[in-house]
Amino acid sequence: MIEKIFLLGNPNVGKSVVFSRLTGVHVIASNYPGTTVEITKGYLKIGEEKIEVIDLPGTYSLESTSKAEEVAVSLLKEYPKDKGAVINILDATNLERNLFLTLQLIEGGFSVIVCLNMWDDTTHRGIHIDVERLEELLGVPVISTCAVTGVGIKLLIERIKETHPSPKNKLTHEARWQEIGKIVETVQRLTHRHHTLREILEDASVKPLSGLLMSCVIVYVSFKIVRFLGELLVNKIFDPLFFDIYQPVLERLSIALGQKGFIHHLLIGELISGKIDFKQSLGVLTTAPYIEFAMVLPYVVSFYFILSLLEDIGYLPRLAILLDNLLHRLGLHGYAIIPVLLGFGCNVPGILSTRVLESKRERFIASTLISIGVPCVPLQAMIFGLLGNFGGFYVGGVYLVLFSILIILGVILNRVLPGYSPELLIEIPPYRFPPLLILGKKLYFRIKGFLIEAAPIVLLGVLAINILLYFRLLDFVTGIFAPVIQGLFGLPKEAVAALVIGFLRKDVAVGMLAPLALSAKQLFIAVTLLAISFPCIATFVVLLKELGLKYLIKAILIMIVVGIVVGSMLNFAILR
Amino acid sequence: MRKLSLIQLKENQKAKVLEISGGRILQHKMMSMGIYPGREIMKLSHFALRGPVTVRVGKSVLALGHGVAAKIIMEIE
Repeated sequence: MIEKIFLLGNPNVGKSVVFSRLTGVHVIASNYPGTTVEITKGYLKIGEEKIEVIDLPGTYSLESTSKAEEVAVSLLKEYPKDKGAVINILDATNLERNLFLTLQLIEGGFSVIVCLNMWDDTTHRGIHIDVERLEELLGVPVISTCAVTGVGIKLLIERIKETHPSPKNKLTHEARWQEIGKIVETVQRLTHRHHTLREILEDASVKPLSGLLMSCVIVYVSFKIVRFLGELLVNKIFDPLFFDIYQPVLERLSIALGQKGFIHHLLIGELISGKIDFKQSLGVLTTAPYIEFAMVLPYVVSFYFILSLLEDIGYLPRLAILLDNLLHRLGLHGYAIIPVLLGFGCNVPGILSTRVLESKRERFIASTLISIGVPCVPLQAMIFGLLGNFGGFYVGGVYLVLFSILIILGVILNRVLPGYSPELLIEIPPYRFPPLLILGKKLYFRIKGFLIEAAPIVLLGVLAINILLYFRLLDFVTGIFAPVIQGLFGLPKEAVAALVIGFLRKDVAVGMLAPLALSAKQLFIAVTLLAISFPCIATFVVLLKELGLKYLIKAILIMIVVGIVVGSMLNFAILR
Repeated sequence: MRKLSLIQLKENQKAKVLEISGGRILQHKMMSMGIYPGREIMKLSHFALRGPVTVRVGKSVLALGHGVAAKIIMEIE
């Protein structure tokens, strides 16, 4: 009797896509090893029965070497073998390497069903596999599938019940590879083909010169598209919505409320020369939705569109090779670029994905650097939106400062922290071209996630801060921090409220700076401080979860020190 | 027969793995990714300044840090 189904396989074989197919639960899938770092659970209905399905992080063998793998393997081993079935998912285009884990699972006495995924790709690549013969040789059911289109999933579900433990003798690793060699020779036939353009591009991206050239082009084009798409959404959709439709409604509400008073202050905020100004009024119904929907959301959409595309094509691990050298100086290795890139979207998934790194030391360095030096999309959108008015020079300056902090702090942490950092050891996936529907779905779930996370915090945050400001409850805090803010950073003491709300969300915090009429220099310092000083509440929680209290305190001390040093340096030495 | 490390192997050159002169964990990890004594692999590229090395093993392309690559001893005829 099967009570649980585990999905297990090498990294990047499409476990998460199979999982979504089986359970209907959407999980983020990408074309690089280590997309899934957490365990996801869902349910599969077979007739009247509901069976729990567990999506595990990818692993090459049953001996784990990273935290993500450890999670997968320990959970599987703890569960009684006669009650749990293992769907072992294989990349059919890479049968040989994938079979290592399969044989280990069968030897270990697990109830295994083999799922040869990415079956459609085998024909393009001139690979022919005799599935029936493979089933005979392995002694467990083998089903070919293409999870992105859903082909074979039904058959897979039907045959899950056939699984039962059929343990074989445990082989040594060498003997297992010999056995695999024999199996592959029997079941797999390769037809010779000429190199395709795809393969030429795959090879070019792992060579130093052509790889560097490609990365420059790709990063530049990506950046251009993010800006172009973002601006398009702002100008054609969100700004017209807010100014032409929403504003007249609010103006009437404002008049109905008598244009002043407590409720007006909360909902509409201050009128700027007699009118509502979405950027400066600071009301729950004015500035709060405008920041989130018209200034931030368009860039969240365009950023995740490009990121998802690059993820699914399989380009990101190639950046890891190019940056390995640099990241080694920071105590990390090339693959840390994945958490960093995710961190540019939102620090939370970025820090979660540091689990692809092997040691606690690396994870601490990477998490700290991400929460200090990697601004998330909402923050970046606001930096562009406000500081951009003073010219691109200032925006570029913020990035330059953050980048310098990343490098300097990384080098220092690498010197100071005991231990060493492991070496890069990753698989570079082939390029794949996901169906647009899959890409669209992923984008949809990411944006939905953003809205669910951001909208309530923004609305409640602005509400809370408006109440505090109205009753002058922040004056006490302002009084304490004023000497630091004014003396060291050269900011007006009203900026304290913005820095406080930065603990909730960085984008609103930048928005709070808008009515203060700061000079370019002051705004520059304020947004830089917001980026580095303190993580927002969501990042704070995930840091606590991932690093533990002791390391979290260390990370926060580092942030405060860096914030004070950089803020005063910018104020006194660099920008004069 | 000549022995050399994966670092010294030339780009686009094929050779057999002779041994992995590292600890048990590294050997395990390499083994599970398909790099084991007797396996033929092809070096694809090598990045300057002690950068990573990429190799083709069967159907997969792997990227190895410089330190790891130095520990993989190859033999060529």
